[in-house]
This record gives sequence, C-alpha cells and structure tokens, in this order.
Amino acid sequence: MNWLRRGSSGGTPSEPLWKEEFSVRTADERYVTRRQLTKFLVLTSLGMFVGNIWILIRSLFYKVPVYPQQPVAQLGEIPVGGVKLFSYPTKDDHCIMIRTGKDEYVSYSQKCTHLSCAVYYSQAENRLECPCHKGFFSIKDGAVLQGPPSRPLPRIVLEARGEQLVAIEVKG
Amino acid sequence: MPTSNDRPPQNRGLTAIVGAMSLITVLLIVQIWLLSAALESFLSGNRHSALPAAIFSGVMFLICLGLYAFVDRVDSEVRGSENGR
Ligand code: FES
Repeated sequence: MNWLRRGSSGGTPSEPLWKEEFSVRTADERYVTRRQLTKFLVLTSLGMFVGNIWILIRSLFYKVPVYPQQPVAQLGEIPVGGVKLFSYPTKDDHCIMIRTGKDEYVSYSQKCTHLSCAVYYSQAENRLECPCHKGFFSIKDGAVLQGPPSRPLPRIVLEARGEQLVAIEVKG
Repeated sequence: MPTSNDRPPQNRGLTAIVGAMSLITVLLIVQIWLLSAALESFLSGNRHSALPAAIFSGVMFLICLGLYAFVDRVDSEVRGSENGR
C-alpha cells in the first residue's frame, strides 16, 4: 500500500500519492474561474463605458444637417385622404405624404423606427401602420400609438409655395 | 452556532469574491441600461444626456475596477494562507 501513501519521485514524502498525481485542487480551480469571470465582467463594463464615450463624441461633433428644398407635389394633386410617396432628402429616403384635410398635408419618413419596414397609411384607422410587427403611428405627429417602435416617425416639414408643396426639412 | 470566522479562510475568500461579483453584475446591468438609454436618446435627437450618461458609466466602470482589484487581493491572500499552511 506504499503507492497509496507516498509519491515515488519529487513530491514530499509525507504527501499521499494522489495529491501528487491530481495536483489541481477543485477549490483552486473555482478561484481561477471566478477571477476570470470577474475580469470578463470588468472588461464588459469597460466596453459599455467606451460605448457611452462614443455616443458623447458623436453628440459633441454633431453637425446640424442642411436639407435641400424640394418640390414634392402640386397643391390639390391628391384627394383628401389620399397618399403620395416621394423621396427626401436623398433618393434612398422614402417618405409618405397624406392629405388630411382641404388645406392640410402631413408627411413622414416611411421607414419604421423599429426595424425599418415601410409604413403605410390606413384610411380606415386614420393612422400609419407598419406591417412587420404591427407598429402604429399617429397621423397627427408621427408619435407611436402601439407596438415595438420606441421613437416617433421623423416628420418632413412641408411648405406651400404658390401651387407647389415644398419639403424643406426633416424633424426628429 | 458557527460564525464566519470559524470557516476556513478559503471559504471566507470565496464569499467575498461572490459578493464582489454580484455587485459587479448589478453595476454592469445598470451600465447596459445606461448605454441603451443614451443611444435611444441620441437617435431621437436629444444630445444633452450623452455627457451625464458617460460620466455615470465611467464611475461605474471605476467601481468595477476597484472591485476587481479587491477580488484579486482576496484571492492572492487566500492562496498565500493556503500555501503557508
Ligand atoms: S419594423 Fe415596424 S414594427 Fe417592427
């Protein structure tokens, strides 16, 4: 039974053989794992901090965009309750314009603020609806009425100039 | 009744480490929330919340760093006492 009590080489003679052969202690192993996890958590915390710094830098160097003035429709071109689609300020930014009254027009970006699906106008409900996850927006100000979007739709500011409706700015 | 002083030093060290880790986890959750709130507010055009969010996030990161140093110290102390026995 000598093999059970003592290491044949190297280890202290008083130590049993199993201690020499299985030298990694479970408790020690747990220590290392926890310390590594703590290190990982602290690095994640650093990542969050860097993310906040990035947002800070972006907001410090934020330049107010200059929007072009672009005629988008003729006055009276669409009937009350009618819709016209156009692109503003670039040809990749699709927008929707709705005639809500005799002299009232509203226009919003067509890109849903949740995951960018195209919103459409529901005349029956008088609201803008996103078909992807049932996000609904108010026709009055683009505010979220229901669904996963957390931000309102950006509004396109329109101005009547003579017989034309001109898009002058994007708000929000 | 056994008190915490009756426990072996390694166990006491583990308790301290678990406590520090839980605190770090809570701080991390707050930081994640802070980052998403700051991003949300930045995207909706409000640029005034970025500075306080960055300051709070930095403070929480420093606390996490301090807790990590504590965990490291406790760990090496316990290891030292283990080896000394
Ligand atoms: S993309 Fe519009 S609700 Fe999800």
